[in-house]
Amino acid sequence: MLAERRNRCQKGLSGRIRRVKIHEYQAKQILARFGVPVPKGEVAFNPKDAAAIAARLGGRAVLKAQIHAGGRGKGGGVKIAANVEEADQIARQMIGMTLVTPQTGPAGRKVRRVLVEETLQIAREIYVGVTLDRGRGAPVVMASAEGGVNIEEIARDRPEAILREPVDPLLGFRAYQARRLAFGLGLKGDEVKQAVSIFTGLMRACEETDASLAEINPLIVTTQGALMALDAKVNFDDNALFRHPEIRELRDTDEEEPLEVEASAHGLNYIKLDGTVGCMVNGAGLAMATMDVIKLVGGAPANFLDVGGGASAEQVAAAFRILMADPKVKAVLINIFGGILRVDVLARGVADAARQVGVKFPVVARLEGTNVEEGRRILQQAGLNLTLADGMLDAARKVVGLAGNR
Amino acid sequence: MSILVDSKSRVLVQGITGREGTFHSRACREYGTAIVAGVTPGRGGSDHEGVPVFHTVREAVEKTGADVSLIFVPPVAAADAILESADAGLPLVVCITEGIPIADMVKVRATLERRGTTRLIGPNCPGIITPGACKIGIMPGYIHKPGPVGVVSRSGTLTYEAVAQLTRRGIGQSTCIGIGGDPISGTSFVDVLRLFQQDPVTEAVVLIGEIGGGAEEEAARFARREMNKPIVSFIAGQTAPPGRRMGHAGAIISGGQGTAAGKMKTLEDCGVRVVRSPEEIGESVERALKDTSGRRR
Repeated sequence: MLAERRNRCQKGLSGRIRRVKIHEYQAKQILARFGVPVPKGEVAFNPKDAAAIAARLGGRAVLKAQIHAGGRGKGGGVKIAANVEEADQIARQMIGMTLVTPQTGPAGRKVRRVLVEETLQIAREIYVGVTLDRGRGAPVVMASAEGGVNIEEIARDRPEAILREPVDPLLGFRAYQARRLAFGLGLKGDEVKQAVSIFTGLMRACEETDASLAEINPLIVTTQGALMALDAKVNFDDNALFRHPEIRELRDTDEEEPLEVEASAHGLNYIKLDGTVGCMVNGAGLAMATMDVIKLVGGAPANFLDVGGGASAEQVAAAFRILMADPKVKAVLINIFGGILRVDVLARGVADAARQVGVKFPVVARLEGTNVEEGRRILQQAGLNLTLADGMLDAARKVVGLAGNR
Repeated sequence: MSILVDSKSRVLVQGITGREGTFHSRACREYGTAIVAGVTPGRGGSDHEGVPVFHTVREAVEKTGADVSLIFVPPVAAADAILESADAGLPLVVCITEGIPIADMVKVRATLERRGTTRLIGPNCPGIITPGACKIGIMPGYIHKPGPVGVVSRSGTLTYEAVAQLTRRGIGQSTCIGIGGDPISGTSFVDVLRLFQQDPVTEAVVLIGEIGGGAEEEAARFARREMNKPIVSFIAGQTAPPGRRMGHAGAIISGGQGTAAGKMKTLEDCGVRVVRSPEEIGESVERALKDTSGRRR
């Protein structure tokens, strides 16, 4: 995840949205715009609306909790209602519940929205997905005749069961490739036509929304022979959000860690963790390495925080306030090797934050790079409980010692 | 000797009049790099801190004989800037810009591969430096020292960390390259290892990787197959928390590659000296150099 997120820092563009994740129903709406058939249904924010949607669907409906995590079925987040009354009952129970799935962690996620959809008779389940093949530097469309929840095990145990069509970056995904996938899946007659239309629609959706991943799992064949996206997932390339205002609007901040929302408002790359050592580092690689060293000497990082290459003093001050807002933090390690980010700029930001809010825990700083002398001088005069360290290991030992003694 | 750049390199800077372009062009010149031209569309014919500015890369190359481009153009226009340099026939382009859309880079890489005449370093990287000869990028020059160790890294600041350790131990560097942390980059670990293997000055290599992708695994297999110079490696992200899920497709395509533990094991299996803490890089290189010179005697 850190590797995925290392690229979010945009030079000189503080305050922009770095990351948007969307719900299943939103992914389906996007795919539907590109001609992918999806079940009839609507999203509801309260039981009354859920029941009304079920009534419009004829009473019988499936209710699916909408949270930004998978594995919902296993946690009780997907239920079938036989009639409107049941739909109302299930919605009452589902909306507001804390859903724990293998992907949410033990704390789970509060359900605020449910997707109410028609139920369908399933004859077959297929997998189809598009993602970037980093090795080739181009997208790849993958499909498997054995769709469903066990797709990753299938990929691991029997890779030959996954069909792959590499996409030429300059020619795009061609119709013959879509046909080859469809025939390879053992589809027949009209199903092939439907599949070709779905595969090309999925690829077009990827291209036009700058999706980094789009998958339909399962893509079902109903007993009537209709292909339909029963579940869908779309992730976006954060770097391309600047050209997709319509996607930025899909963001649901209820699904995000509050401190991460705050960080993203300041253009910072921050991930909250469970330890006691707050970390402020420049560069994702150095930030990860700093966490590695903290663990190596017996401590636990409270967060990943990459203040990035071109951070301003204001951004650094915001970053420091975010570290201080985390109640678990007992001591802070600032590890800066200044290239683009000049050490004096960072020091000024930390000093500003210290003046504004007062710092209640010890700070260990390890500073190297451009304008390092000036940076050290500013930090030493900032009125902090400051320890300067020589090297990463020394810094980690000092900060873990301080965090442990409090 | 060195790889890719030396004291004869003539550099043009795309985006020289911007804030970052101005600051780092100045630092490169102070290091001794020949910055012979700047390109900012609309500012052609002017002079920026003593460097002539041109509207287009082609014009800058014709008038100044530049043979490397250094790019500080914002993400929205960076892919275009790379293609403009390739179109002007520049053999080497170094793109510092962070945040270029993946789809743009997919097209750029495919285009460069088909033309086969331009090597791209980056994007989202600190650039390249041949200590004592020229610095084309944003790394702090003063931590470097000429010598026998090649450094290649996906990370920026972690590279400085490694270099500073080497220099403190009196071990210099032949060339240091940041290949960039984006999913799509112009130059791979393998490309750089091949050049270091051929370079007579380089006696050992530091390879700094991080979690995600399969580039380190490829580098490991290349090293076993085609290199006899020792490699010291650190992989960042050993303790990174398990990722929030990125869908199945990512896991399927990676085929189990990408974790720090997996990368470290593959590297070790291929004879690379893997260190667990970045602080051990300098010491491990020192030992590697001693072992090699011992073998020669």
